[in-house]
Amino acid sequence: MALGGKEARENKTRYRKNGLNEEESYMVRNKLLLAAAILSGGAFASPAAAQSEQFIPILSYRTGAYAVNGVPYANGVADYYNLVNERDGGINGVKLLVEECETGYATDKGVECYERLKGKGPTGAAFFNPLSTGITFALTEKTTTDKIPIITMGYGRSDSKNGAVFAYNFPLLGTYWSAADIAIQHIAKELGGADKLKGKKISLLFHDSPYGKEPIPMLEVLAKKHGFEFTPIPVTHPGVEQKSQWLAIRQNRPDYVLLWGWGVMNGTAVKEAAAVAYPREKMIGVWWSGAEPDVTPAGDQAAGYKALMLQHGAGKFPVHADIEKYVYAKGKGLSEPDKVGEVLYNRGMVNAMLGVEAIRKAQEKFGKKPLTGEQVRWGLENLNLSDARIKELGFEGMLKPIKISCSDHEGARDGRVQQWDGKSWKVISDWYTANQANTEPLVKDVSAKYAAEKNIHPRDCSKES
Amino acid sequence: MIALGQFLEVLIGGLMSGVLYSLVALGFVLIFKASGVFNFAQGAMVLLAGLALVRSLDLLVANGFPLWVAIVLGIGFAAVIMAITAWLIERFVIGPLVNQDGLTLFMSTIGVTFILEGAAQMIFGSGSYPLRLFPTDAWFLFDNLFPGGILVNKLDVWGGFIAGILVAGLAIFFQQTKTGRALRAVADDHMAAQSVGIPIGWIWFVVWLVAGLVALVAATVWGTKLGVQFSITFLALKALPVLIIGGLTSVPGAIVGGLIVGAGEKIAEVFLGSYIGGGIEYWFAYVLALAVLLVRPQGLFGERIIARV
Repeated sequence: MALGGKEARENKTRYRKNGLNEEESYMVRNKLLLAAAILSGGAFASPAAAQSEQFIPILSYRTGAYAVNGVPYANGVADYYNLVNERDGGINGVKLLVEECETGYATDKGVECYERLKGKGPTGAAFFNPLSTGITFALTEKTTTDKIPIITMGYGRSDSKNGAVFAYNFPLLGTYWSAADIAIQHIAKELGGADKLKGKKISLLFHDSPYGKEPIPMLEVLAKKHGFEFTPIPVTHPGVEQKSQWLAIRQNRPDYVLLWGWGVMNGTAVKEAAAVAYPREKMIGVWWSGAEPDVTPAGDQAAGYKALMLQHGAGKFPVHADIEKYVYAKGKGLSEPDKVGEVLYNRGMVNAMLGVEAIRKAQEKFGKKPLTGEQVRWGLENLNLSDARIKELGFEGMLKPIKISCSDHEGARDGRVQQWDGKSWKVISDWYTANQANTEPLVKDVSAKYAAEKNIHPRDCSKES
Repeated sequence: MIALGQFLEVLIGGLMSGVLYSLVALGFVLIFKASGVFNFAQGAMVLLAGLALVRSLDLLVANGFPLWVAIVLGIGFAAVIMAITAWLIERFVIGPLVNQDGLTLFMSTIGVTFILEGAAQMIFGSGSYPLRLFPTDAWFLFDNLFPGGILVNKLDVWGGFIAGILVAGLAIFFQQTKTGRALRAVADDHMAAQSVGIPIGWIWFVVWLVAGLVALVAATVWGTKLGVQFSITFLALKALPVLIIGGLTSVPGAIVGGLIVGAGEKIAEVFLGSYIGGGIEYWFAYVLALAVLLVRPQGLFGERIIARV
């Protein structure tokens, strides 16, 4: 870290003398931390990487059109790595060496970050998590060649669930095809049964990018199966102007609108829905359209809007007590304290935790030392977090058990639905599990085409251990 | 078959959106008209003005100020910030580049863009801040003639009203005041203007200040529409085809260009988009601009430049 605990404490004292309250002092200090990191080449890591440390890159976006969502997520990731170092002294004594690289959610910058960071540390990058489906598409071949796993928790290529073809991609906890299936399950439940879907109109308002387009094949399959009319409606980056789309929705009057947005597009969609008097209760966002920054700009107009949950939602759990004790109490937290526990902060923590546990698993086989990407890939593929282990980690209530295997790089496909009441998110549904009878044929079909196109010989998962 | 009601609704909505684009385009026109500089930083100025306004407003309301007092003080604070920005830009960026060619000045405004975007977020925060200065619900007109009526958003109407006042004020400023005429003289030739005693530094400060205040007005409307956040800087991209169509030197041109772009892109998106995959409105505006460029390179209302060679 650029500033240690002592310096941070001194800073804190200085801010108090200047009349700033604790939250303001955190904000100022965080900006200093970030400025120092940027001045030192964007690195949170010490300049000379120690040979006994495990290097983990963070591809983040703290600037640009998507910073509103990128910042809390990156804070959750960085704070969790910090917690592992501060509380546990690393993973089995192997400290984590972390460096952030700013992508601005741009694919070209993401690839640059990857190339710059993949070889850092004593054993190279343990894994990458680009938080962008576009960057994931661009990196998929590279990471396979470089033997570095790419974790795309809740996003990325849906066909990469098939680990036999995509050995280095890990779309943990849920793909967009699973999300689409869960959304339709919820709509069916609201309507009173899957048979009631027949003849209904469901529109998908999507970010016109690889991310937004990803659920379309699955929704087309589901439309055919259930007999509903499906209309995809693209919104151009960044999504500040959606009048045309919403006027079309007003005319077409779909029974439900699924929202696959990111950044400013989400809040704008909710406001435009209000402007054309489309009921927010009939809008269901994907889990990347269901955080606080997506609804607060719309104020009261967002009340009633629903979104999927990537298992967890907002709120504090036992792990947050550790974060406060070992990270924030030492002045090393990156977030404003009142934002710890928000949806995207929590998602960043979950994502970081799964990566850490994969390294821990890999250490069981390869030893308690810094590991290569290829070794961490094994850890990811053999990750098995039980209820007891999740409780031990302090994530009880946020996550259900997850078990990854060669043929299933998704590991879990459960979700719930939350609703914004004007002030906070409230969980309004029971758990749904994506129906693999719907998703699996598409996964097999698309991944087989990819394998044929790239001349990949799928692994025989029965022989993997 | 396109229903007349739907067509009218899209047309009116598009025209109204176009007026909002014009609010941003006006800032470009002002600076180009008065100094010959194509100000790439106009979008960043909207962000800075919006953040200064919304953050001060939040602070004042949180400290118990009545809303109307907070609004007045917040607007005043944001105006002061834009005045300071104008002075800094004149003093450290544009001033030292007097008599340099247009491309040099344009490049300097790219630098100003990055500084303003970074400084604004560093000082006022990089979150998404709701601003509610105008109503955002809608009227449904002629519902006895068309099923569901014709939707007209109240915020768009407010935007049109504000744009009208701005255009009238700017027309008077440029045509009827001594400073306005001096601005036009400086735009024609920096050196000639200096030689007849026009204080070019002061004039440039005034024009950047006025552009900053126009940015503040645009921020009040767009901030209400989107919330104040970084993406508001992308409005500059929406203003570019407006400028090409209307002409870089014409205030009425910015309005007419906005109307053409707004109506054109919305009609294209709603009625043509579904046939070619949708999401066409961004590039369709530039297609319109290209068509105008082919016929009138100076834009519909721009000054035709005749150079002796």
